[in-house]
Amino acid sequence: MDVELLVGILPQVFIDGLILGFMYALIALGYTMVYGVLQFINFAHSEIFIIGGFVGVEILLGLKAAGLLETVPWVLVLLLVLVAGMAASGFLAFAVERVAYRPLRHAPRLIPLISAIGVSFFLQDAIRLFESIWRNAFNLVYPTMDVLNERFEITSTVDVSVKSLVVIVAALLMLWALHVLVNRTKIGTAIRAVAEDQAAASLMGINVNRIISLTFVIGGAMGGAAGVLFGVQYGLINPYTGFIPGLKAFTAAVLGGIGNIPGAMVGGLVLGLLEAFAASYLSLLTGGAFGAEYKDIFAFSILILILIFRPKGLLGEVVRERA
Amino acid sequence: MTGKSARIVFAFLVAVALALGSMPTAGDAQGKGTIKIATQSPLSGGQAALGEGIKLGAQLAVEKFKGNLEKAGFKVELVPFDDQAKPDVGVANAKNINADKDIMVVIGHLNSGVAIPSSEVYKEVGLAMISPANTNPTVTDRGYKNVYRVCGRDDVQGVVGAEFAKAQNTKSVYVIHDKTAYGQGIADFFKADAEKKGIKVLGFEGTEEKSNFDPLLTPIKAKNPDLIYFGGIYEQAGPFFKQAREKGIKAKFMGPDGLDSSDLTKIAGKAVVGMNYTSVAGPVSVYPQAKQFGEEFKKKFSKNPEPFAAQAYDSTAIAIKALEAVTKGGKAPTREAVAEAVRTVKHTGITGAVEFDEKGDPKKALYFVLQVASDNPEKWGDNKEVKRLTIAAPATKK
Repeated sequence: MDVELLVGILPQVFIDGLILGFMYALIALGYTMVYGVLQFINFAHSEIFIIGGFVGVEILLGLKAAGLLETVPWVLVLLLVLVAGMAASGFLAFAVERVAYRPLRHAPRLIPLISAIGVSFFLQDAIRLFESIWRNAFNLVYPTMDVLNERFEITSTVDVSVKSLVVIVAALLMLWALHVLVNRTKIGTAIRAVAEDQAAASLMGINVNRIISLTFVIGGAMGGAAGVLFGVQYGLINPYTGFIPGLKAFTAAVLGGIGNIPGAMVGGLVLGLLEAFAASYLSLLTGGAFGAEYKDIFAFSILILILIFRPKGLLGEVVRERA
Repeated sequence: MTGKSARIVFAFLVAVALALGSMPTAGDAQGKGTIKIATQSPLSGGQAALGEGIKLGAQLAVEKFKGNLEKAGFKVELVPFDDQAKPDVGVANAKNINADKDIMVVIGHLNSGVAIPSSEVYKEVGLAMISPANTNPTVTDRGYKNVYRVCGRDDVQGVVGAEFAKAQNTKSVYVIHDKTAYGQGIADFFKADAEKKGIKVLGFEGTEEKSNFDPLLTPIKAKNPDLIYFGGIYEQAGPFFKQAREKGIKAKFMGPDGLDSSDLTKIAGKAVVGMNYTSVAGPVSVYPQAKQFGEEFKKKFSKNPEPFAAQAYDSTAIAIKALEAVTKGGKAPTREAVAEAVRTVKHTGITGAVEFDEKGDPKKALYFVLQVASDNPEKWGDNKEVKRLTIAAPATKK
């Protein structure tokens, strides 16, 4: 076994895992916030996430066609697509809640869950229909901005590209902003109040419906930002791209303790790192007997182990069972 | 109008529409019924570019060659099916195809992993499948009487690739595949022959990942191979190659005919310029007889034919020849008779002369090594032919 190689790539694998982990964390927030206030899993969140990516690619392609992609400063372009992606996904999350979940709020638990799965399928094929008419394409390619592909060599095997830094910085900023919003503002207090007890919150003069909508908007916007960053980082999206990262982010939310916002971040990072380590090291350590294709099995086996010993997730608190 | 009477009117309209639909059409009235030719290829999803090419190639051939059958009193129709490049969808379609008694032959598929289980279904009723694109050896090695292909095989194509890599003075290679019957199959053949020729295989990895290749690429970069071979399809290879270059990997890229689509440059852009790939289907420009086909295709569908469109055109022409032979004297065709007749067809098509051996392989097939010429997807047809070989299908290893 080539120890030098194993150690040499370690920092790079760590960076790869970190990027993936932050992406999962941003998406996981959407699942966990909605669960926190409604005890309901919004399975359409994977499509809400990828819509952000589609809005981003459409804007970038539009700018490119207008010849503005090269002339406008890249930071502005990125900011624009991020804000647009967040707005679109936030609005979509709001609309989905209003149309598909609110009428079912008092129905048995399984009913809105099924509605969510239906919305997920509907959105996938709606995107596919739209893109096949509008661009006659299935896979959409993010236009490259040369600045983003520049790399800083740290050692011969380790380097970081500008876009990876962008992903990490943007994710950190957004997680920090969310933390401040939830813990330091009146709106945040209201969200936490609704999560704790809807009836009591409404007695205190909180408009519960509005807070629930707001929760969806915030979670959706985080997902939309993740969608844009996903496209920028990996370069290619199609209408079904959202599904797998969505599922993984949901897992991350459960791992961290569903309903718990810092938990979603921790869960996302743990899952991203596990996956990157498994994909890079499995075949090196087993001499090719287990290849990178086993990365999910490896990562999920560890997840199961963690959940056996901490059923409420890494940071989850014991939630009172509801009648 | 009340709700009830509206419903009655609606029901009446539906009944009329159904009755009209089942009424004999003009073609049937003067003749002996309908012969349907089905195509199965991905018409939606990431591989639709190639799948659509197969459908359109077949459509052009039906329009061009159906004359004799129509004179004999048959109505000829093309029925396209979308297998979505998924084995389960292909099999479900195959069952529907079997159930439609008018379908006499299937042109397809694009993916070997779809063709193999689907042809098991065709076999139940002896329905002929002529494949324009399936290169996995198993497709014909099962020895089914109803399965044919007009293209070469991966056990040869993999060797052609390894030989070319050796001639390029490649010392080490990292092999990636997509875990499908096709991709993993050809990657295995490439790897085995590369090792035989003394090329060091630094790694052999399968992946179903479609977007994030970072964790796969990190060990590759550290091992620094001369060449990366990708056994798979362009929609996965495209982002892989692009991310590899972005990560600063300098290795040359190579792959089989699954990479042969203009969508590869649409996705990967500059990263794949100068890349070599092997194929059983050259671009239309390498076949002198195909020039007219290319022009007609462009005129009719206002796009360039993708690889395998010309092969689908030839496959369909062969099918129609077999149908003509079977319906000689105005007999109604049967599926078994058509499947048998295909074996005896000798056809000089636009991609060369085709004659089948007892397994359903072409007796001699062409293999190409091609080079990507430009990062402009419009210029995919200009890819340079680096090498061309005519090789007979290998005998089945027992």
